[in-house]
Amino acid sequence: MTRKRRRLYVVLGGLGALGVVSALVLTAFNDDLVFFYSPTELRAKNVPDGRLVRIGGLVETGSVAHQADGRTIAFRVTDGKEDVEVAYVGVLPDLFREGQGVVIEGALARNGTFRAAEVLAKHDENYMPREVVEALKKSGHWQEGGSQEAIAGRRP
Amino acid sequence: MMVELGHFALVLALLLSVAQASLPLYGAARRHLGLMEVGRGAALASFVLVALAFAVLINAYVTSDFSVANVVENSHTDKPLLYKITGVWGNHEGSMVLWVFILTLFGAAVAWFGDNLPPELRARVLAVQGMIGTGFLLFILFTSNPFLRVLPAPANGQGLNPVLQDPGLAFHPPFLYLGYVGFSVAFSFAVAALIEGRVDAAWARWVRPWTLAAWCALTIGIAMGSWWAYYTLGWGGWWFWDPVENASLMPWLAGTALLHTAIVVEKRDTLKSWTILLAIVTFSLSLVGTFLVRSGVLTSVHAFAVDPTRGTFILLLLLVAIGGPLTLYAVRAPALKGGGLFAPLSREGALVLNNLLLACAVATVFLGTLYPLFLDAVGGPKVSVGYPFFNRTFVPLMVPLLLAVAVGPLMAWKRGDLLGALQRMWAAFAVVLVVVVGGLYATKGGPVLAVLGFGLAAWVAMGALTEWAERVRLFRAPPGETLRRVVNLPRSAYGMTIAHLGVAVAVAGFAASAFETESIQTMRAGDTIPIAGFSLEFTGVEPVQGANFNADRGSFLLRRDGALVAELHPERRFFPLHQQTTAKTAIHTNFLADFYLALGDPDGKGGWAVRAYWKPLVPWIWIGAVMMALGGLMSLSDRRWRVGAAARARRAPPVAAPAE
Repeated sequence: MTRKRRRLYVVLGGLGALGVVSALVLTAFNDDLVFFYSPTELRAKNVPDGRLVRIGGLVETGSVAHQADGRTIAFRVTDGKEDVEVAYVGVLPDLFREGQGVVIEGALARNGTFRAAEVLAKHDENYMPREVVEALKKSGHWQEGGSQEAIAGRRP
Repeated sequence: MMVELGHFALVLALLLSVAQASLPLYGAARRHLGLMEVGRGAALASFVLVALAFAVLINAYVTSDFSVANVVENSHTDKPLLYKITGVWGNHEGSMVLWVFILTLFGAAVAWFGDNLPPELRARVLAVQGMIGTGFLLFILFTSNPFLRVLPAPANGQGLNPVLQDPGLAFHPPFLYLGYVGFSVAFSFAVAALIEGRVDAAWARWVRPWTLAAWCALTIGIAMGSWWAYYTLGWGGWWFWDPVENASLMPWLAGTALLHTAIVVEKRDTLKSWTILLAIVTFSLSLVGTFLVRSGVLTSVHAFAVDPTRGTFILLLLLVAIGGPLTLYAVRAPALKGGGLFAPLSREGALVLNNLLLACAVATVFLGTLYPLFLDAVGGPKVSVGYPFFNRTFVPLMVPLLLAVAVGPLMAWKRGDLLGALQRMWAAFAVVLVVVVGGLYATKGGPVLAVLGFGLAAWVAMGALTEWAERVRLFRAPPGETLRRVVNLPRSAYGMTIAHLGVAVAVAGFAASAFETESIQTMRAGDTIPIAGFSLEFTGVEPVQGANFNADRGSFLLRRDGALVAELHPERRFFPLHQQTTAKTAIHTNFLADFYLALGDPDGKGGWAVRAYWKPLVPWIWIGAVMMALGGLMSLSDRRWRVGAAARARRAPPVAAPAE
């Protein structure tokens, strides 16, 4: 075993590992990247049923309803232009509230409702998920001034 | 007055760090002993000064000094004392002071315990530590000063995010930082070695204990964070592949690789330049981790206000701290001559495989964590990368690693015998076979992959035990001889066995999550639900009053076959100051399985949302992590570190300057 031979093995091993990693990452990126859409974009993009995506917006005031089975919670997420019916089975996170920003991971069901797999609202109550802020800005429903202060957080 | 004293101490520490970063370096180049010794004094003095500043800040929190802006923003008089103290590092400015405090602590430790280091190496190591300290102190003083006053002082503070008011999280940042910053020592040694152009076995012997100590702390830190997420967030998950978690996982993976490759440098005097590179990369990932979390690039409970000056400063600091050493490496590394040759099938070869796989794992986590940020920065679509990505990239890389972990230690240095090693593992094959076949039979139609995971855990555990049995010549030597060997085996050998067993235990815990049972229900007082062979009775909710919260406290009776197993009291706590509600879960554990209960919202009609889980082997995840850290500590206490280090000690001249 010469030094050169050993280096060759190490380089070959390294290249092999790199190839395996690239293959793994690329296939995973292909299938497992989760795109973020506002309700408007979700409607516009014709996202296929069953594809895992994240949506974000405000929980529409007065839309939260516990369904008869005692486990499913339905609500609407809005960016001011469009809204999406969401159904979620489970315990909502502590910071979930009507009128607050929320990010939801899940997929569209065939009937057009959004089946939430996970509801992310794990920010403090003054904090708005960044994606939601941008989605609201895009839809033109972002309130400068008044709510800005509440959104910017607690820093003086 | 006190607060200004703290501020002043930080400024003084900055000046000392500048001196520590420059004079010893110059002294080492000129072989001027006096200048080299400046590094020790400066390191010890700046430690004392930063400790003073840190103590002043803690004091300001404890006495609720609301003339300090940082205290106003993050503390409140009603907060329990523990959280007043831990609130110090629950925010950006305070956590940076903690960071520098630990950095100077390590610098002082090198100065204090470094008697047996050659003076040039010690001077250069301390100089590099001084540079890091300079960068961070500048960052604190110019962009994140915790000692700024507010006038007039408000009557009370804004308190700490209730989610952070938890004993598990109170000590998570200090441990994490002990790990992150601990890797700075390996980094400084690596840069010093590049400047010197020399890496030898003695160098590795000095680097390994520091790396090991940092790695143990980081292991504990990550485990604490995961445990906290598990019992407070109320979802019962213990790892979310959240960018914040990944930020701490990357240095851990790189540090694990470093730990193993340093063995090769020490024992076989080869793989030097790779080890140097790993030391640089590990600390760089720690820096990236610190800043990813603290800069507000990532949005989570950890992120604080986004401030553009901070961001620019951070980028600049990262550029210098990572780019500089890597450039130095590119110039100097080719000069580092490798020593002993080895065949691909040998213990060195196994450790190279370990490093390759860990490096690949770091790369996948890095890509998965930073790709969304990158895409966002170049104006691409908003994406997130969740657990499916990591399950498909990270996990496949861990499988061959775990397979190799069992076999590697059984191979000889230089030229190993894979077939022989596998033959000696007949017992492991037998146990794995029993576990997999038994598992498949017992969980007919259940998740096959999880059963294979148990098999993998058994393989790793049996590998560790086989190696130990070989060392003590179990059943092959007379019992007396074996007993003598059991007693005399070096602690570092036990360290490895325990740490590898810890890996096996944790893997079993991960795999078992496929068997958990979940039940989400709306329950009324008096309702009983069955779950995983238990029956859970809800007896009602009563209000309770805490120090700075009101809570609804649920009462549940957990029964098995009619016999009471446990009374559980999950709570929903409402913090009026923050208008925020948190869940306090109730967990009943027997160390083989957890019964996990979280109370959700009331539905307004007398029912409460209840989330109940039965989670087999989940405690093993943390038990495994603790075992890994214990194994590391066991290794750290080995006599070898002291005995071996003394070999080059004779060359060290007597200390010239008194260490203050």
